[in-house]
Amino acid sequence: MSFDFEYAPAPEARSIVDIKASYGLFVDGEFVDGHGRSFKTISPSTEEVLAEVAEADEADVDLAVKAARRAYTRVWSKMSGAERSKYLFRIARIIQERAREFAVLESIDNGKPIKESRDVDVPTAAAHFFYHAGWADKLEYAVPGNPSPRPLGVAGQVIPWNFPLLMLSWKIAPALACGNTVVLKPAETTPLTALLFAEVCQQADLPPGVVNILTGAGETGRAIVSHPDVDKVAFTGSTDVGRAIAKAVAGSDKKVTLELGGKAANIVFDDAPIDQAVEGIVNGIFFNQGHVCCAGSRLLVQESVAEEVLERLKRRMGTLRVGDPLDKNTDIGAINSAEQLAKIRALSDIGEAEGAGRWSPPCDLPSNGYWFPPTIFTGVSQAHRIAREEIFGPVLSVITFRTPKEAVEKANNTPFGLSAGIWSDKGSRILWTASQLRAGVVWSNTFNRFDPASPFGGYKESGYGREGGRQGLEGYLA
Amino acid sequence: MSARLDVRKTWKLYIGGEFPRSESGRSYVVNDASGRFLANAAQASRKDARDAVKAARAAFGGWSARTAYNRGQVIYRIAEVLEGRRDQFEAELRSSEGVTPARARTYVDAAVDRLVWYAGWADKIAQVTGSANAVAGPYFNHSAPEPTGVVAVVAPAGALLGLVSVVAPVITTGNTCVVIASEPHPLTAITLGEVMATSDLPGGVVNVLTGSASEIAPWLASHMDVNGLDLTGVTDPELARSLEETAAENLKRVRRPADEDLLATPSLDRMTKFLETKTVWHPMGI
Repeated sequence: MSFDFEYAPAPEARSIVDIKASYGLFVDGEFVDGHGRSFKTISPSTEEVLAEVAEADEADVDLAVKAARRAYTRVWSKMSGAERSKYLFRIARIIQERAREFAVLESIDNGKPIKESRDVDVPTAAAHFFYHAGWADKLEYAVPGNPSPRPLGVAGQVIPWNFPLLMLSWKIAPALACGNTVVLKPAETTPLTALLFAEVCQQADLPPGVVNILTGAGETGRAIVSHPDVDKVAFTGSTDVGRAIAKAVAGSDKKVTLELGGKAANIVFDDAPIDQAVEGIVNGIFFNQGHVCCAGSRLLVQESVAEEVLERLKRRMGTLRVGDPLDKNTDIGAINSAEQLAKIRALSDIGEAEGAGRWSPPCDLPSNGYWFPPTIFTGVSQAHRIAREEIFGPVLSVITFRTPKEAVEKANNTPFGLSAGIWSDKGSRILWTASQLRAGVVWSNTFNRFDPASPFGGYKESGYGREGGRQGLEGYLA
Repeated sequence: MSARLDVRKTWKLYIGGEFPRSESGRSYVVNDASGRFLANAAQASRKDARDAVKAARAAFGGWSARTAYNRGQVIYRIAEVLEGRRDQFEAELRSSEGVTPARARTYVDAAVDRLVWYAGWADKIAQVTGSANAVAGPYFNHSAPEPTGVVAVVAPAGALLGLVSVVAPVITTGNTCVVIASEPHPLTAITLGEVMATSDLPGGVVNVLTGSASEIAPWLASHMDVNGLDLTGVTDPELARSLEETAAENLKRVRRPADEDLLATPSLDRMTKFLETKTVWHPMGI
């Protein structure tokens, strides 16, 4: 089922970005050398080494937390909300001004298609700063029953590699708007846009120490969240690491928000508009190579339409273009790292071994870099590991159901509860299903929509706290 | 004519709307304020805690699906029935805690008023904490709170007001709970269970365990079908730390212990700590 469309390559020029040979840490408003070792960040689509990046050790973390504390006590917590607000507006504007640079750099370092970094990641990141800027001088309206909310102090923030700049904005924008200062660690495999963001802070004349960026891996993250002078911990990433953080902060006064894994059900009822649903299924699982905590990784399709949905889904998957992230035609880019690719391969092999039917459209994958074709598994049972564990890749498990009740029961049969999708033409059925799903975000007749005004976060083992919207501010205020 | 011998009550647990003894067959001595024997209270075990969680989980679907208006009426009904039995509660507080009659009256007043306050919140909390979200696109988008699920609660001292202050906010919003009553003053908690059992509160919405918090709480903290943990009554910081650590295994929402004036009007956070925000999107178009 292949289509012979001819696409001329339409590569986005990479000359707009200037990647340095090596990067230090951003502490107290300046780039400094770290005390620790360094590591290489590579382009997952070519395996080319992009830069050498400092790995912050405990001493570096301590210096950054001290800088953040100083900035908090002397400057940021004393500044009026209106002035803080203007800094955030400045940052939003500079991200917009340098949007193309950010998008290209993100696609190079992360491997995601340029059409996504250009149209989703970067504009939504700017929007997050713009939205939260407006909150900084209106916080008395943010928490019901709390007319004089106070910032918490220093926020230690650790973010994942799937939406590097966007996750940074989800963390930094509300923290700063509420009057906190920040020590943020980008993911080990995607540090470059966070380091470019440090330049944005400099261009915005943000007071030194308000934002500190420490690159590093797990050890650096552990040092940040367990530092005794960190008042707030915000983490987005795997449920296992989230669990470890929740244990590490037990008994302390640290306030914590965790945005963890998911295994979202995308439910297609027999009255759904099938073509729209197929687009939603594709967007749900293949957006960002499936490296999405809220990805619709379990397709629950009503038995009576399953055959038709699968046929159209396969036909649509045959048109997906996998390849160069900087090509504007690309739908699916590179898997972020060799480690992630190994995990996706291992779970997919387990899916086959456990008896599910595996299918991918014919597609040529580049010889260098990390790639995985869009894949679906049919005949998946609730007990299969591919139906229970987060694969975090372009792999969809298809499960059928007969009645709406069965759909809800299967959808909720998971320790996760981040998101869910519903496809139906019947309003009352959509609202009933939405009310039954134990998930923090429910997309009906759409999927994977994000907006700074819309609270995002999970139930159960998908974590706690919300990001975005008025509700998201509560995690940064006392 | 000899004086009539009074009929004493056997103090049991309150689980699933019934009053069973501890399956362990254990009891412990509860003394009054002057150190005289008052009664033998049931000493709940791990198995009782698990039975209570099972009852709370079974009750969650129905209770959380009630309309908020209906839940408000049930909470108000608890207040009504408590008011009707206030003499009994005042007498119990005087004998068990040794408080003055005036103080006992204050606590009962406050407990009844607290229930009335929460009853009124049932159908308003969503309006105060929810939102219509103006997203940048043609989408209907709104957020509303939903109950977290089964919440385990360690009640603070204050046999009546302490218990009401921690249980009412949890169940008003649609959660169900397992509460460990104050260890030295467990009897009033069971009497309050009798009030709840006769107030149209479905069995299993509130389950009361008496016994040793340091023995039972770890089982609740590690129970994978418990979604939230309120440590208000835990006074030992090391126990609080270890319970929070245990609770991290399935990412329970944990409310840490903190000093609180139970007679003051509460803030919303006893409710909001055990609420989840659900955001629903739908495209708009013709």
